[in-house]
Amino acid sequence: MWISPFITKSNSVGEIMFKVMLALIPGIALYVWYFGPAILVSLTLASLTALATEAAMLKLRERPLKPFLSDNSALLTAWLLALSIPPLAPWWMVVVGTAFAIAVSKHLYGGLGNNTFNPAMIGYAVLIISFPVHMTHWLTPHALGGIELSFAEQLSYIFKGVLPNGLTLDAVTMATPLDTLKTQLHLGLSVHDISDMPIYGHLAGKGSEMVALGFAIGGVYLLLNRIITWHLPLAYLGALFATAGIFHLVDPTHYVTPLFHWFSGAAMLGAFFILTDPVTSPTTAKGKIIFAVGAGVLTYLIRAFGGFPDGMAFATLFMNICVPLIDAWTQPKVFGKKGGKQ
Amino acid sequence: MKAAFKFHGGVHPPTHKTESTRTPIAQTALPSKLVIPLHQHVGARAKPVVQVGEHVLKGQMIGKPEGRLSNAVHASTSGTVSAIDLQLVAHHSGQPDLCVTIVPDGRDEWIAHTGVDYKQTAHTELRHLLRQAGVVGLGGAVFPSDLKAYSNKHKIKTMVLNGAECEPYITCDDMLMRERPADILRGAEVLRELLYAEEILIGIEDNKPEAIAAMRQAVIDGKHEHMTVVAVPTVYPSGGAKQLMRILTGIEVAAGVRSTEKGLQCFNVATAYSAWRAIAHGEPLLSRIVTVTGNVAHAQNFEVLLGTPVDELMAQAGSRPDTDKHIMGGPMMGVQLPSATVGITKAANCIIASSPALFPPPKPALPCIRCTRCAEVCPAELQPQDLYWFAKANNFGKAQEFHLFDCIECGACTYVCPSNIPLVNYYRYAKSEIWAREQEAQAAELARERHEFRQLRIEREKQEKAEKLAQKEKAAAVAKAASDAVQMPTATPLGPNADPDDAMQLRIDAALARAKEQASAAHPKNTETLTPQQHAEIAEADARRAKAHEMALSDAEQKSE
Repeated sequence: MWISPFITKSNSVGEIMFKVMLALIPGIALYVWYFGPAILVSLTLASLTALATEAAMLKLRERPLKPFLSDNSALLTAWLLALSIPPLAPWWMVVVGTAFAIAVSKHLYGGLGNNTFNPAMIGYAVLIISFPVHMTHWLTPHALGGIELSFAEQLSYIFKGVLPNGLTLDAVTMATPLDTLKTQLHLGLSVHDISDMPIYGHLAGKGSEMVALGFAIGGVYLLLNRIITWHLPLAYLGALFATAGIFHLVDPTHYVTPLFHWFSGAAMLGAFFILTDPVTSPTTAKGKIIFAVGAGVLTYLIRAFGGFPDGMAFATLFMNICVPLIDAWTQPKVFGKKGGKQ
Repeated sequence: MKAAFKFHGGVHPPTHKTESTRTPIAQTALPSKLVIPLHQHVGARAKPVVQVGEHVLKGQMIGKPEGRLSNAVHASTSGTVSAIDLQLVAHHSGQPDLCVTIVPDGRDEWIAHTGVDYKQTAHTELRHLLRQAGVVGLGGAVFPSDLKAYSNKHKIKTMVLNGAECEPYITCDDMLMRERPADILRGAEVLRELLYAEEILIGIEDNKPEAIAAMRQAVIDGKHEHMTVVAVPTVYPSGGAKQLMRILTGIEVAAGVRSTEKGLQCFNVATAYSAWRAIAHGEPLLSRIVTVTGNVAHAQNFEVLLGTPVDELMAQAGSRPDTDKHIMGGPMMGVQLPSATVGITKAANCIIASSPALFPPPKPALPCIRCTRCAEVCPAELQPQDLYWFAKANNFGKAQEFHLFDCIECGACTYVCPSNIPLVNYYRYAKSEIWAREQEAQAAELARERHEFRQLRIEREKQEKAEKLAQKEKAAAVAKAASDAVQMPTATPLGPNADPDDAMQLRIDAALARAKEQASAAHPKNTETLTPQQHAEIAEADARRAKAHEMALSDAEQKSE
């Protein structure tokens, strides 16, 4: 016998994931505007790999294909990963990273809803550890006016590894603003000197700061549509701002402004799209805040003192492990058992 | 007045209330028969007091309350009792229950009845009248009202009158408030008197402006001094007693706590109405307002005689041919009726004719993605995604730790789940499993105690027998020693100093021991004659008990950690 409730609100996992992907569009559009269409190639490549891997894993696990392929979760993972790696990365890197994310960090953990770690960040971690050099070849923004590859030349490099005659990869790519900052600080330059370099714009890297803004706009859309709550992004950005702010106040010649950190690297993408993955983040309001504060502080520490240029991915992965503990510790009081008033 | 407080969460399903509020409450035609269950209330089933073939009058008691927590059942019209037997009833268990079937004689002839002036009547008498009139909570909980209209330990400050009616489709309270507000308020006044409550707060969802206006006018017209009608925001489940109390007073009554401990008591508007009819007019609860809606031609509210078969009722509303089932209550918490032939009961506030088009079957469930939409809407402020996880894993100890029993089963979590997981079903399942295991554990504990006591007694009896024998021998020796053939004055084998009570006790014990021995001697024979299947069943039951015991132990361990 069918038991109540007999009605349900019409929403689905697929719809939620779709809206999250929709919210990525402003960021992607600005990416294309400032850096050219190469990112669309890696997005497509990652999407196809994700769907193929998802289908293969579902088949192996004897699960129905249709409901899971249409839940859009694999596509979202693919997009987040593609956005985290350099657009000029060779095609096989995108494929390896995406396949690993879907096959190992999602399906081997039990598939949708059961993974401990954010699959996109696992994919990123695998790539940056296995192919660190390739992961540093980021495109130069148009605004810098350097040598630019045509779309055909970009495709040729991505799929065949061939650059036009007379060009080296270093001539058409650059390190990220975060990476450059770290290198230059090591060379003894002050923050002030470094930020006068042409690759920096208003707040952070030229172009990339605008892409970050695009992700923030998408994040606001998610908040307004109640796909995510304010807890994770606000606590993350707040913690990152506060930590960076303290260091910046104490020693502004060696530590950049908190706004630089907000608009550099994966901070905005992470705050609104990566930490907010419901499967791998805590469920309680208090837990979300603890989780995001932890990730914010760790991101800063890795960026400022760690071996990697950006800390978002490893901060997320580290906090992912703590989720069951955080959830257990932050169980809220239930109706009528709050004490206090009464 | 607007509500000052709100509760956490809640959902806004489409209300579908206008369909059934376009026309006034209609009277139903006399049905061909009435199937009146004797168990329409919380507590013990009423005991039938009529015979098959007996002619009964309208309002005549056909089932009398048995025990303190019970209630009366009456003949809804005059006619002949054609059967007293097990019939399917409007209950989610789907199990048949004892019903009195009455074939109406068409005269609808009342039994002699008269009301009392409640101001001149003792409270105990008023409560007795409510009980004898079969007045129970008509919001759906059907708890005997006489027991609720009483508070000796706790002072009641506020009596909440529940006219929220938050479930979609249901409009019976709405129409009752529009059409008969005066009697509702008079009934509420009686209940307030019984509780010595200081004030009455009447909560009505603000999607019922007509009812709010009618009730406000009735408060003025009736010069009711202690009453306030409060428009509460339309959000399901504001009509849950604890949610409404929270909205109206800001006070939260936790699960397992009586609202009277917090100075609150809550009645449904229809209950207050029935209480007034019972007290002032001597009319027992014979009918109730039922919303007939859903897949019907004319959705409407009917005043329906209790026991009216659902299909006869639906026919009057023009049931459509593609109707495949009937739901009693609303779409959020209602139950699917086991058959359309069951009689309308006191709990039946609404019957929805359902069709696959109206309520499509649920989509297949996907895994939980921990999105916590369920936690956002949970009015009990639980973490439904965790409860689901534990219930699914049969980890009932953990589920209880996460406040499983605070769940009010409102279904809001299932309503919003993007993965289409029937969450509330998992909680119902976990609760029933826990109850079953507790019962088993209790039974096992009782059996263990009995066994140990028996061992103890056998031991004691043995010892006593030995003592008795020793004393007997001693007495005989003494007797022998008194060789001058002096006869012992009594037949008691005890020594001269023995207390006669002890002697009596010994004889009783001895008799009991004999009976016991006979019983235990007979026992093995019983098991010897069992079939292998029965043996298997016994073994299975034993294994289950052992498992329950183990679970109880491990639970206890977990708790002590």
